[in-house]
Formats: sequence, C-alpha cells, structure tokens
Amino acid sequence: MRRYAALRLAQAAGVLWAAYTVSFLVLDLLPGDPVSAMAGQGADQAGIDPAQIARLKSQYGFDEPVPVQYAHHLGRALRGDLGDSVSAGRPVTSVIGEALPSTLQLVVAGLALAVLLGGGLALAATYTSRRWLRQLLLSLPPLGVSVPAFWAGLMLVEVFSFRARLLPAFGNGGPRGLILPAVTLAIPTGAVVAQVLAKSLLTTLDEPYVQTARAKGAGRPRIHLRHALRNASLPALTVVGVLVGQLMANSVVTETVFSRNGLGRVTAAAVTAQDIPLVQGVVVFGALVFVLVNLAVDLLCPLLDPRIAAAGGRRWSPA
Amino acid sequence: MRATPTPWRSAAVLAAGLAALTACGSGGGASGAGAGTPRTGGTLTFAVGSDTGCADPQQVGSNDTIYSVRQVVDSLTDQDPATGKIVPWLAQSWTISGDARTFTFHLRPGVTFSDGSALTAEVVKANFDAIPKLGPLGILAEGYLSGYQGTDVVDDLTFKVRFKQPNAQFLQATATHSLGIEAAASVRKTPQQRCSEGIAGSGPFTLQKYVPSQSITLAARKGYAWGSSLWKKPGAAYLDRIVFKILPESGVRTGGLQSGQLDAIGSVGRADESALKASGVRLLARANPGVAFGLSPNNARPPLNDEKVRQAIALGIDRRQIAQTVFPSGTRPATSPLAHTTPGYADVGAPLSFDQARAKALLDSGGWTPGTDGIRRKDGKPLAFTVKWFANAATNKPALELVQQQLKAIGVRLDLKEQAIAQIAQVQTSGDFDALWGNVTRADPDILRGSYSSRLANTYKLPASGLDALLDGQAAEPDQGKRFDLVARAQRDIVRHAYTIPVVELQTELGVAKKVHGVLFDASSRIQLHDTWVG
Repeated sequence: MRRYAALRLAQAAGVLWAAYTVSFLVLDLLPGDPVSAMAGQGADQAGIDPAQIARLKSQYGFDEPVPVQYAHHLGRALRGDLGDSVSAGRPVTSVIGEALPSTLQLVVAGLALAVLLGGGLALAATYTSRRWLRQLLLSLPPLGVSVPAFWAGLMLVEVFSFRARLLPAFGNGGPRGLILPAVTLAIPTGAVVAQVLAKSLLTTLDEPYVQTARAKGAGRPRIHLRHALRNASLPALTVVGVLVGQLMANSVVTETVFSRNGLGRVTAAAVTAQDIPLVQGVVVFGALVFVLVNLAVDLLCPLLDPRIAAAGGRRWSPA
Repeated sequence: MRATPTPWRSAAVLAAGLAALTACGSGGGASGAGAGTPRTGGTLTFAVGSDTGCADPQQVGSNDTIYSVRQVVDSLTDQDPATGKIVPWLAQSWTISGDARTFTFHLRPGVTFSDGSALTAEVVKANFDAIPKLGPLGILAEGYLSGYQGTDVVDDLTFKVRFKQPNAQFLQATATHSLGIEAAASVRKTPQQRCSEGIAGSGPFTLQKYVPSQSITLAARKGYAWGSSLWKKPGAAYLDRIVFKILPESGVRTGGLQSGQLDAIGSVGRADESALKASGVRLLARANPGVAFGLSPNNARPPLNDEKVRQAIALGIDRRQIAQTVFPSGTRPATSPLAHTTPGYADVGAPLSFDQARAKALLDSGGWTPGTDGIRRKDGKPLAFTVKWFANAATNKPALELVQQQLKAIGVRLDLKEQAIAQIAQVQTSGDFDALWGNVTRADPDILRGSYSSRLANTYKLPASGLDALLDGQAAEPDQGKRFDLVARAQRDIVRHAYTIPVVELQTELGVAKKVHGVLFDASSRIQLHDTWVG
C-alpha cells in the first residue's frame, strides 16, 4: 500500500510540472503580451506610447529571454508564488483564493446533485422490471450529455426566473441563487454518472455471485444495494475524478450565464485579457485539484477493492 | 476663451433637453424629457456586460465601467453634448494662453470630497502629477496629459497647467471621466489599491461597494451642491442608490429588463431591439463621437498604398446598406472620418457616397483590369487585401462580410482575418496589416491628429504631407472657430486622399424601463445619472 501511494504521489507531481510547463510554452507562443493587451483595452488606442509599454514590460519581466522567464517563474511557483496578475495588479494566488469559495460552493453542489440524480437514475433504471420504463430512463443520460450547459442554463433562467419568477436569474445571492446554476452544472455530469453506473450495475447483476445471493433467497433491494452497488460503484468513483475536471470546465459557462463570481469567470477574463500569469495560475490550480481528486480516488479504490493495491499500482479499469 | 457660469446655466438646461431629444435615435419618447413629476429616492438597477476589474475612473476605458465610476467624480469642466461646448463644472472659469500651452483654471469654492477633505488647487495638482505614473490602465488619462510639464498653484482656488507643446485638446480632456478629480488621500494610494478599493471623489454618488465581476453599488452623496452647469436639478441627485450588475450574457440582460428584475441595460444589440420594444422598454441611442467605424488601410503597403485603389474602395462601399442591415436601427452611415457627434465634425460629401461607376472608372484609369475571376489585376497581381478585425463587437463580422460582397462588385477581393481582442495594440504597433477595422471614441477632433498625423505614432503609415500642418495647427489654436475650420480642412484632406475609409458611426444603445426618466447621454455618449429618477 505504501509503495502504491508513493507511486501515485510521484505521478501527481509529474502531472503538475507538465501542466505548468505546457501552459507556459503555449502562452509564450501567443503573439503579443499582457501589457500590450491591457494598453489596447481602453477606448483610445491612438495614445499608446511604445516607450511606456516597453517600461511596463520590463517591470513585469516580459522582455527577458524565454528560458530565463521559465526558470524564474518555475522557481517562484515552487515556493507557492505564482506572480502578479497583470489585469488585477494583485498576486495570482489571492485572485484565485478570492474566487475559489464561490466556485467551490457551485462545484460541490453540482457534484452532489449529479451523484444524487445520476445515481438515483441508474438505480431506478436497473431496479425496475418494466422494460419500457428502463428504456426510457436509460435514454435520458445520452440526452443530458448532449445538451450544452450554455443552452440548458439559458432555458432554466427563461423558465424559472423570467417567466415563473421563482428564482433569481443572476448573482451570488444565497442558496436560492445557487439552485439554477447547480442544476445546470449537474445535468451533463449527472448524465455521465448515470450512464457509467447503470452499465456497471447491469454487468454486475449478471455476475455469478449475485445469482448465488439470489439463490440463497436475498431480496431484490438487498441484492441491488448491498451486493451489486458496492462493486458496481468502482467505475463510477473512478470517473468522478475525471468529472471534477468537467465540472470546473463547465463552471466557466455556468458562471457566465448566471453572472456568478468565481474561478470560471476569472478564467474567461484572464484568457480574453491575455493575462499570462493569471491564466497559468488557473491552469496549475486546475491541475492541482484534478491531481488531488484523482489521488484521493486512487487511494480510495483499494479500500473498496483490495486487489488494486496488491496489483502494484496498476489502475483498476472497468472491463 | 473665458467662460462665466451664470449665463451658461439656462443655456445648458435647454441644451440638455435638446440633447436628450437628439439622443433618442431609435426609441419612443426621450427618457430625458421626463413624464410627470420627478420623484426623489429609490434605487436604479442597471446591468452592464463586463467589468474591467477596476473602480478608479482615472484608470478605466470601457463604457461598461465608465457608466458607474463616472458618477463618483466631478470634472473641472463639462461638455455640452448638443454643441460640443466646454462649460463650467468644478472650474468656474478658465483661460488658455495664445500658444495653447498654459491653461489657467479658477475653481468653485466650497466643494468637498466624500472623505470630507476640501477641493483646492493643491489637490488638482496632486491628481495631474500622479496621472503619468498610473501604469497600463491609465493610458487614456496619460494620453490627455502628454507633454505635461507641471501644475503651478497660484492660490487656493487657482492653478496653471503647463505643457511642453501646444495642447488645445486638453480643455475637452478636463471634461472626461479620465481626468475626474479625486481626493488627495485617494491619489496617494497605489494604482492597484485605487482599482480594488475605489476612490473618494466629489461626485453626486459615492462608491458604497465594489464586488469585482459582480456588482458596483453607488449611494447618493448627502449635501452635494456643485453639479455641472448642464444638469437640470440643482443640489443632490434624485436617486438614493444605483446598483450596477455585471451580467455578461446578453439574453439574461434582456430577459431581466423585460421581467422587471432590472431597470436599465447597456449594450443592446439589433437582435434584442424588437423584443424589448414590444415589452415597453425605451431604447436610447447616440453615436459615439470620435473616429467613425471603418477600414483603416496601411497607406504604405501595396495595394492600398495606391491612392486610386483607396478612393475606389471608399466609393464602392454602400454605407447605407451596411448601417441598415447590420447595425442597431438609427445607426448613421459615415459622412466624414469623424462621427457627427464629434465637435468640429464636417460632412465631406461626395468622396464617401456610393458610386460604383466612378469606383470602376478610377480602377480602370489606375491600370487595374478585370481578370477572368472578376478580380482586377495589375502586372499579374490581383487586387486583394486582408482586413484584420477583432471580436469586440458582434456587428464586426457581418459588417465586413457585407463590405466584402460590395467590393467584389467593383473587382476588389477582401479577405477577413479575425484576431484576439488582446492583440489590438500589438497589431497596431507592429504595422503588420493591410487594413484594420475599428473606431476610436473621443469627443474632441484632436483624435484625428492622434490617428493620422505622420509625426506621431503614425499607425496607418501616412506619408508626410500638408495634413500634418493642419493637424498640428488645430492642436495649437485656442480659438474654437478657427480651430474647427482647420479641423474641417483636415477631414476633407483625409477623405480626398482616402487615408482612411469611414463606413458607419458606431452608436451606444441602452434599454431603459418605462418608469425610469432622465437617463442622459453626455458628450462622449456615456451616461450621467444625477438627473435620473424612477417613477
């Protein structure tokens, strides 16, 4: 188990470094730089003084050769300093830190809702013995996956806010304001959970040990929830690691549609303004979350299925 | 050039009323006219599409943010949107030296900032001294003060601002939000602090709360009594509070206004107009002053270094069709390099009319003969060029596609290339373009010098010519009448040589609920909310 954990940690660090380096190189390949980008933001572009831009560029270190900039930034990043955001004029870590709680609320609510709805749907679809109902329920996840979050969000706002006037259409205002964005976020994610869990439940229910349990006289609910669900939840759990990434990506769209504060809005603004330090900060932070969640999942899996750690760190994969 | 406050007031009130009428390009009754008796108190909820992350008027350039932070500061002068005249605000009067290098202002007594400190000549000096050090976001304000030598405090309420070179545009610049005067304590803060914490001004509203990319809340300033000479209501503002919500999605802004969750919205697009009108929303529009939207060729690069080609393109564009099919209703075709709302604007006439026959004749005479594919050629080279454009307005792409079709009819091939918004400055300074698509907002004709003088940045690579002398001449002319004569000659000269190809006048369009009155455009087509009330 210790060897397994160490291997996972080393992999996580590698992923982080790669995310940092690739994002640095990609952003460096973009023409232009954040200072010129900011200068062009104003309504009057005629008054830009090239000397002033040059002075500001050197102030932020954008005039140094690329390898020097890379070494300098990586060194600082290792000490937890991701530099200053050019557009906000504050440390990247504090910009991200301030946006985080709101996004965390949204992502946690979205994920909880997704697991609840997706899991519920999968259980209901596999539990029912009515063929038509099962078909109907199983056809919902593909629909949920294919509906763009953008469109779903606008539809929800139109129906529940502008027409029915039940919920606010915008802002971070309290739990009521969280409902529509969380639902928007939960639709595509819940659909994936439902799809994976339903498929794996159906496979598991055909396993010999389930037949044995059935032969021993266990009731349907007991077989479904105690015997099948535990084993069937492994692929779904693994997929949750990936889904956190999807949730974060969808939060960009959701936060924009619902005008919420958060990391998604910060990301969108940073990309438009070509605020390289901030974009990099967001990429590294995203990678960190992704790596941590997957690490947690990897460390949880052996608890559900001890064979995984014994196999020397080969990731369990759904058959 | 001396202005005295009293006679201005009545003229100003009249002018503001007129401006409100002309401002209403596309909607029903002017919101400024004010139906019924104005009511004091209440909250106005105004939605805009974006937030620049800064609550300091001296450092913002985007209309969406100017709308709110403008209300927090007063300016030395105000500019009449109907006539372009500069009128008193914090300064009661002023004089300009004959060489347009020294400006003397006399401040109004008894003005205080929201932090309790008093407005003195010393505070104004501190403001101007700090502006050149603002950094990348302060570029607008820094440009207005280019060549700034210093401010001399004559007495408590009198000061002289000195420049290295003639700088006639400075007077109009004192009317902008960018040179709004802030309290000494705010000026001492770092530019970043001013952005995130906001500033103390002497304006009719104070910044109560700023939540980046979420909202900006303003509260009325108690005891405010030094409004612009253009405003109708004396003393404090009607409204108690204004909440600016930042709603990036246009469908949410429109829906919010229709369902009554919002009182007013910015950036109304053509697609939203009919639905808004149907629900009783008033649409207010005014053309942005400054350089009109159009093609800005690189005058040094083939094929657009050929004057005949540029002239033919100017004649080959059907501006009316573009304004009517792509832009919000009421948008005017360009009739000069400057929009008609710019002081000093002059209609240049024929060179900007739509005349395909003349365009073709010009190209024929220039040796460009039609090829088999319909595109003209000369010495084997096709008559083709690429326009770089930025996705900073939804109208850019459809407008350019229409231009593309229109130019094809005279045998010119236009290719379109989209660039990221963040690269505007980079593309401009590099000079790596055949032509750019864009505009510049500024309520002073000096913007022509900034854009087209071959002696300055010369982004569009104009050859040195008599135009430079005209542009420098207007910058040094303190007499407005004589200055505008020079400006008119410059506009004709620019169009005669087709150094730029104006197409349409971009307009700012707002949607305002029926119960909201007195939302007025200022001379820069931004808004003033002191006289606004909710019925």
